[in-house]
Amino acid sequence: MTTLKLTAAALVASVAFGGAAMARDQIQIAGSSTVLPYAKIVAETFGETYPDFKTPIVESGGSSGGLKEFCKGVGPDTIDIANASRAIKSSEIDACKAAGVTEIQEVKIGYDGIVFATDAGNADLKLEPKDLYQALAAEIVVDGKLVANPHKKWSEVNPSLPDAEIAAYIPGEKHGTREVFEEKILAEGCEAAGALEAIKAAVSDEKEQFAKCVAVRKDGLAIDIDGDYTETLARIDANKSGIGVFGLSFYENNADKLKVATVSGVTPSTETIASGEYPVSRPLFFYVKKAHLGVIPGLKEYVEFFTSDDMIGPDSPLAEYGLVAAPDAEREEIRASFEGGKTM
Amino acid sequence: MSETSTTPPMTAIGISAAPARRDIGLGRRYAAERRFRLYGMAAIGFGLLFLFLLLFSVVSKGYTAFQQSMITIPVEFSEQVLDRNNERAANPQKLMTANYPIIARDALARQLGVTEGDRATLREISGMISDSVRAQLRDIVVADPSVIGTTRDVTFLAHGNLDSAFKGQIDLSVDEKNRKVSDRQVGWMNQLAESGVLAKHFNTGLFTNGASSRPEAAGVGVALIGSLYMMLIVLVLSLPIGVAASIYLEEFAPKNRLTDLIEVNINNLAAVPSIVYGLLGLAVFINFAGLPRSAAIVGGLVLTLMTLPTIIIATRAALKAVPPSIRSAALGLGASKMQTVFHHVLPLAMPGILTGTIIGLAHALGETAPLLLIGMVAFVADVPGTPLDPATALPVQIYMWANEAERAFVERTSGAIIVLLIFLILMNVGAILLRRRFERRW
Repeated sequence: MTTLKLTAAALVASVAFGGAAMARDQIQIAGSSTVLPYAKIVAETFGETYPDFKTPIVESGGSSGGLKEFCKGVGPDTIDIANASRAIKSSEIDACKAAGVTEIQEVKIGYDGIVFATDAGNADLKLEPKDLYQALAAEIVVDGKLVANPHKKWSEVNPSLPDAEIAAYIPGEKHGTREVFEEKILAEGCEAAGALEAIKAAVSDEKEQFAKCVAVRKDGLAIDIDGDYTETLARIDANKSGIGVFGLSFYENNADKLKVATVSGVTPSTETIASGEYPVSRPLFFYVKKAHLGVIPGLKEYVEFFTSDDMIGPDSPLAEYGLVAAPDAEREEIRASFEGGKTM
Repeated sequence: MSETSTTPPMTAIGISAAPARRDIGLGRRYAAERRFRLYGMAAIGFGLLFLFLLLFSVVSKGYTAFQQSMITIPVEFSEQVLDRNNERAANPQKLMTANYPIIARDALARQLGVTEGDRATLREISGMISDSVRAQLRDIVVADPSVIGTTRDVTFLAHGNLDSAFKGQIDLSVDEKNRKVSDRQVGWMNQLAESGVLAKHFNTGLFTNGASSRPEAAGVGVALIGSLYMMLIVLVLSLPIGVAASIYLEEFAPKNRLTDLIEVNINNLAAVPSIVYGLLGLAVFINFAGLPRSAAIVGGLVLTLMTLPTIIIATRAALKAVPPSIRSAALGLGASKMQTVFHHVLPLAMPGILTGTIIGLAHALGETAPLLLIGMVAFVADVPGTPLDPATALPVQIYMWANEAERAFVERTSGAIIVLLIFLILMNVGAILLRRRFERRW
């Protein structure tokens, strides 16, 4: 019983002291699950390279979740860095400002490719944004009129595609990847298929035109995946003719199970994405609170370490994992803008 | 009486004609009972089947995680590579930042008989060694700088991809460029395995290491300690509070509208989704009380809130089950109300209380949702020294590994599930042993 009492006393004491000893000596990061593997590699190597600093804590929780935590305010009980697989929105900057986070530094770390892949046993697949739009949009144009998507098989969309039921596992609406999918595939396909003209004739508001273009069919043939890529992989395992959306690094780690599709005739790889040939890619970012630089030990060093060529260069561990390195000049620019203290 | 005497004796009629047997549905009732037993057995069989399937899938995928491929070779701590200009005395930082992976790579190249290699060959050799070798060799050198210039046998981890290939988890029949190990690496792997340099050892790192982006070096150490801290906090806080609350409510509190309301609320709280407690924890413990994010103490406090209703309900049921005669006897012998409760009722209710506590703790052990909002679903590499340091929990580690892209994390996910199950079994065995000690029959 005495040990129990002692433990209880120790706990109470630690709670009491916890409030006082608040000077945090460990970097706290949260955000995008796409950036998470990269941030983990950097955090781990950072902890090993700088024994004076503790290994940063990297939480997952999605770009929006991370930025929400980030915009809670300034101080040791708020996070220092938010990882994001999309640029911060102006509404989020406003929310940050309202909470006192006035100085945000944006750091781009490179690019991530979005690939379409199917089971390794299938034939080669050549996709066009137009075909994907025709197969997955909620409404398409037939004879100049907008109608609910009638296609049930890929071959109905384009005879060169396989004669299989349409089943596409696409990122759910809260995913950062969804935005790229909408902009680079559906919106492009919408225009290429000539649906944009018909939509323009029907609605005048530009935002609504875009929303109509990227609306995905809800009849169960396009399936939103709210989990991670492992879930998409499991779905493809179960339905061999399904097509899933993955990050390039995830595909490369599972290339023995998956077959990647070309988009507009280009096979995705770090080279084709870096050169801009492969159309579906997006920049990855993290956001730093300037007010925490110099307050949280190691924060400045972490950002400098992250942006060094040892981490995000073309021959770095992150590139090996699947990050598409930004061109040399852009990396210089990224470092210079952080050094210069440029805020948003 | 007179009526019975007038009726003829039964035997008299019985001889001439046996009465028709009254149909009381005996056959039907027996059949119904047999059917019910069959349903029951089928239900149990169904449950056992799924339990078996679960255990089979977890164990068959996870048992390999307890073994790890390691390479044991003589490593030359070359002064040329580590400290070319002999400046370690003046600048100790030099030894921290030296290029340790190179000496491991060179040692492996020598072992493989690759003397002159182009860059691509050397890269492939590097690709067989875990990156964790850097920290491992550095620790050796920093602990004892005199090792520089000598050669010593070192056992280090093979790269995660090589480990997966060695365990047969990578399909080697597919095209070389579609897998993470090259044909040349497979050849070297077989060569090393034959000479006994590459071998599987018991994976102690799985229990001691923290999270890592390299699957071969990742372990549940941080999660295990985090879960342990949280369970201790939950036990120490929720057991006394829960038992005190239920004793008061059950034995002392007047029965009125207010206590009815409290009872309804406690029952409601037991069914509240756990994420709600996470939100509460974030608002109260982190934002208001200023406790650190991601710390085991906040997790423990949140789980305490979550476990309390379970413990209170179980304890009240256990107290109710103590026969009133025990109370009456104690009171009748002159014991005070409090003596009655603490000397007679509580010891008899103890087994029930312990069962309820363990169910509550087991529930808390498996919880991830409330930990998400307080920052415990995170990558934590450093082992926490106190409950105030950042930590994760076992189910969180399972969840995070399940989302990893590398093949080598698949076995680790199942391995971590096995560790969690063992943790649970130990807790339950502890509860059964305690219950045996306290059990009293009347």
